[in-house]
Amino acid sequence: MNFDFSDEQKQMRDAARKFLAEKCPPKAVREVLEGRATYDKALWAGLAEMGFLGVAIPEQFGGAGAGHLELCVIAEEMGRALAPVPFSSTVYLAAEALLLAGSDEQKQKWLPKIASGEAIGTLALFEGKGNPSPQAIKLQASGGTLNGVKKPVPDGAIADFAVVAARTGSTGRDADISLFLVDLKAGGVDVRSLTNIDPTHGQAELTFKNCKAEPLAAAGDGWGILTQVLDRAAVLMAFEQVGGSDRALEMGRDYALDRIAFGRPIGSFQAVKHILADMYVSATLARSNCYYGAWALSTNASELPEAAAAARISATQAFQHCSKNNIQVHGGMGFTWEFDCHMYYRRANATAVTLGSLSYWEDQLIDRMRKKNAA
Amino acid sequence: MNFDDTPQEAEFRATARKWIGANAPKKYEAELSKSSLGRIRLEKEEIVDVGKAWQKKKAEGGWACLHWPKEYGGRGATPIEKVIWQQEEGVYGKLTQPFQIGEGMCGPTVMAFGSEEHKRHYLPKLASGEHIWCQLFSEPAGGSDVAGLRTRAEKKGDNWIINGQKIWTSGAHYSDYGLLITRTDPNVPKHKGLTMFFLDMKSKGVEVRPIKQANGMQEFNEVYFTDVVIPDSQRLGAVGDGWNVSLTTLMNERMSIGSRLATGFPEMFEFCSNLMTEDGLAIDDPATRSKLANWAVKASGLKYTSYRAISSLSKGERPGPENSIGKLVSGTMLQDIATYAMDLEGAAGALTGADEEAASGQFQQMLLSSPSMRIAGGTDEILRNIIAERVLGLPGDIRVDKDVPFNKIPTKGR
Ligand SMILES: Cc1cc2nc3c(=O)[nH]c(=O)nc-3n(C[C@H](O)[C@H](O)[C@H](O)COP(=O)(O)OP(=O)(O)OC[C@H]3O[C@@H](n4cnc5c(N)ncnc54)[C@H](O)[C@@H]3O)c2cc1C
Ligand SMILES: Cc1cc2nc3c(=O)[nH]c(=O)nc-3n(C[C@H](O)[C@H](O)[C@H](O)COP(=O)(O)OP(=O)(O)OC[C@H]3O[C@@H](n4cnc5c(N)ncnc54)[C@H](O)[C@@H]3O)c2cc1C
Repeated sequence: MNFDFSDEQKQMRDAARKFLAEKCPPKAVREVLEGRATYDKALWAGLAEMGFLGVAIPEQFGGAGAGHLELCVIAEEMGRALAPVPFSSTVYLAAEALLLAGSDEQKQKWLPKIASGEAIGTLALFEGKGNPSPQAIKLQASGGTLNGVKKPVPDGAIADFAVVAARTGSTGRDADISLFLVDLKAGGVDVRSLTNIDPTHGQAELTFKNCKAEPLAAAGDGWGILTQVLDRAAVLMAFEQVGGSDRALEMGRDYALDRIAFGRPIGSFQAVKHILADMYVSATLARSNCYYGAWALSTNASELPEAAAAARISATQAFQHCSKNNIQVHGGMGFTWEFDCHMYYRRANATAVTLGSLSYWEDQLIDRMRKKNAA
Repeated sequence: MNFDDTPQEAEFRATARKWIGANAPKKYEAELSKSSLGRIRLEKEEIVDVGKAWQKKKAEGGWACLHWPKEYGGRGATPIEKVIWQQEEGVYGKLTQPFQIGEGMCGPTVMAFGSEEHKRHYLPKLASGEHIWCQLFSEPAGGSDVAGLRTRAEKKGDNWIINGQKIWTSGAHYSDYGLLITRTDPNVPKHKGLTMFFLDMKSKGVEVRPIKQANGMQEFNEVYFTDVVIPDSQRLGAVGDGWNVSLTTLMNERMSIGSRLATGFPEMFEFCSNLMTEDGLAIDDPATRSKLANWAVKASGLKYTSYRAISSLSKGERPGPENSIGKLVSGTMLQDIATYAMDLEGAAGALTGADEEAASGQFQQMLLSSPSMRIAGGTDEILRNIIAERVLGLPGDIRVDKDVPFNKIPTKGR
């Protein structure tokens, strides 16, 4: 057993951390947070140059052909730096969907552009309130055109293409759902930006009006593929969340060492120490669950559905817990716009619901454990 | 990143499995499987007797204290092999409970500080379960603050004379030897005046008085020392260096990371999967599912945290204080799980009879025993302090007693 990343993977993590520390300081995040940019274009180009966007894309499709463990360590760093770029929507959702279900031609068309930073992709799944479910998908597909409304679509306002989940049947079964690829720049889609708690990652409403679309995979296979895409994205997003948790913990620790009250560093008060110790515990549990998820993802193990749900739940909880208590340790300063604490709090609570909420994943985990036990 | 055994590990596993298959006391398997707290009782026999027989058999087959050197009764196995053994030993590992303090703490301390003669004499008998050892650290005045202990050791010729009292000593009533920390110099600050010994529990002047526990069982004791004589040769470490020696003991406690930490989760999952309520199976209830999912990720988080520690151990790195999280997480979990299992049983949740209700008293026993998990071996608060100070680097508590001679520290009723 070797339950750890390899030395090469750790080197890649260090390289990503160094790169992001330089190219993505909090000041850069604030450019997007405060609305002066829709995303950090220079950073996006830099990530492409570093080979990070295509790290898990095979070489034949323009990627680095490394693998998902490498993508996990980069995801962690992206979360740590709160990188304000459409990484999760493009790499975890769109690219994973193409890799799983795309034809050679479709892969050849989009994957090299993802790796080079030329194309931003996303997944248009949700239609208003609620969690992932085939019943919630109402957008109609017929005769190669789509009609309906998707929201929220992550990075929908800046995306070049989208994988769209649509209804192609009405039997009430999973087979009613099919996937389509839509070139968002080709017309037929109205795009409206939506405000959200974490402006460093945009959300949009996409209205499809007789929009031309090409099928992605066979008709009726949509829901099965979506489930797999969401599982894979859940592991990758969990690494972002763990990166964010660790950073929030460090910020809290550093502040507690620095801030003096009652003639002592506040980090010498047990009430504060115990808050930070508990943050460490939740971040550690999440990291360990994520490692298991990474193993399952990278080996395509049959344990992936369960491992992904566990990583997702644990990392969501840890990031929420660490980011909120980081504010607490900062006292009044933590509640200012100027300090970065709220940026982590925003990101933690936004990522907690993208891909489906905590209660959805809790439900999934128990279902999957039961299935495994029954088998 | 992989879970695969290397060829050598696979071979080791196969050998271990085969030996266990041929030798394990299978008639206790069902009973052992049911007990979840690590604090087990067998219906008809004493756990100590059954445990001793199993331990002896293991020693004869070369499977006791695997990671110890052969000359001291072990097998010279690697840390990973020890973990593999524990995985294979499975429920029978619960029979090792009476020996865990000896194997995990007393033995390693003797190994680090004892004379060669002592090591060859005492350790093989400890390994084979012939002798059980206990840990005589805590006192009425020093539990968390164990350096506040007052049991006195005074030098007389080649001997030391011991007077004082220990408390909470698990297994003292069936132990043959004890690891004893004493105060040899009250005129220096408290951490400096301590000295470590081991002694024969049958020595004259040692009196063991059982304490009845809150859960109704009787596993720990008070131990009184009245003019007990210990030869100087049974001193471990230098005079006045007992604190450092005790840190070795406690660090070894941490190293036994592969050890099986009960969380109560597998039992709870099974219970909820089978419990029929008015509204259907408990596991179909959204509130119950949410709780189960939360416990599930804690249990798996602990499991994979220990796998990470094992991986670093096998690379020759020392696991650090970060392993404190195991007990911190599982203690509260056991308590919460027990409480919720009883809640699901409604009014019948308070019944404890094995034949009364679905859970056969299992969670009720867990409820009554779990408070000790949050106290023994470092309280939750002390563990949080350790994480905050040694992992996160936060300042230590302000210690009013640190640099004061021990006999000048103000106390209540000394
Ligand atoms: C929205 C808002 C409105 C406010 N309005 C006003 C106002 O109108 N007028 C006004 O005068 N003030 C106001 N305040 C200030 C507020 O009273 C302080 O922020 C608060 O008392 C905490 O002090 P601090 O920010 O200096 O944090 P610190 O005192 O530095 O505390 C930082 C962290 O250390 C912990 N800590 C500090 N000391 C101890 C200790 N002894 N033991 C354990 N933990 C400790 C705190 O609990 C906190 O988690 C406001 C604050 C906010 C957020
Ligand atoms: C079942 C069981 C078996 C045991 N077996 C053994 C054994 O075999 N050998 C042995 O030597 N001991 C044994 N112990 C003793 C155990 O190590 C102590 O009970 C434990 O260390 C706590 O000490 P205490 O009971 O004196 O509580 P105290 O130290 O008095 O603690 C009381 C409360 O105060 C809190 N507290 C104390 N100091 C601090 C601090 N600095 N910061 C914050 N909070 C603090 C504690 O967390 C606790 O909540 C056993 C205990 C139990 C329950």
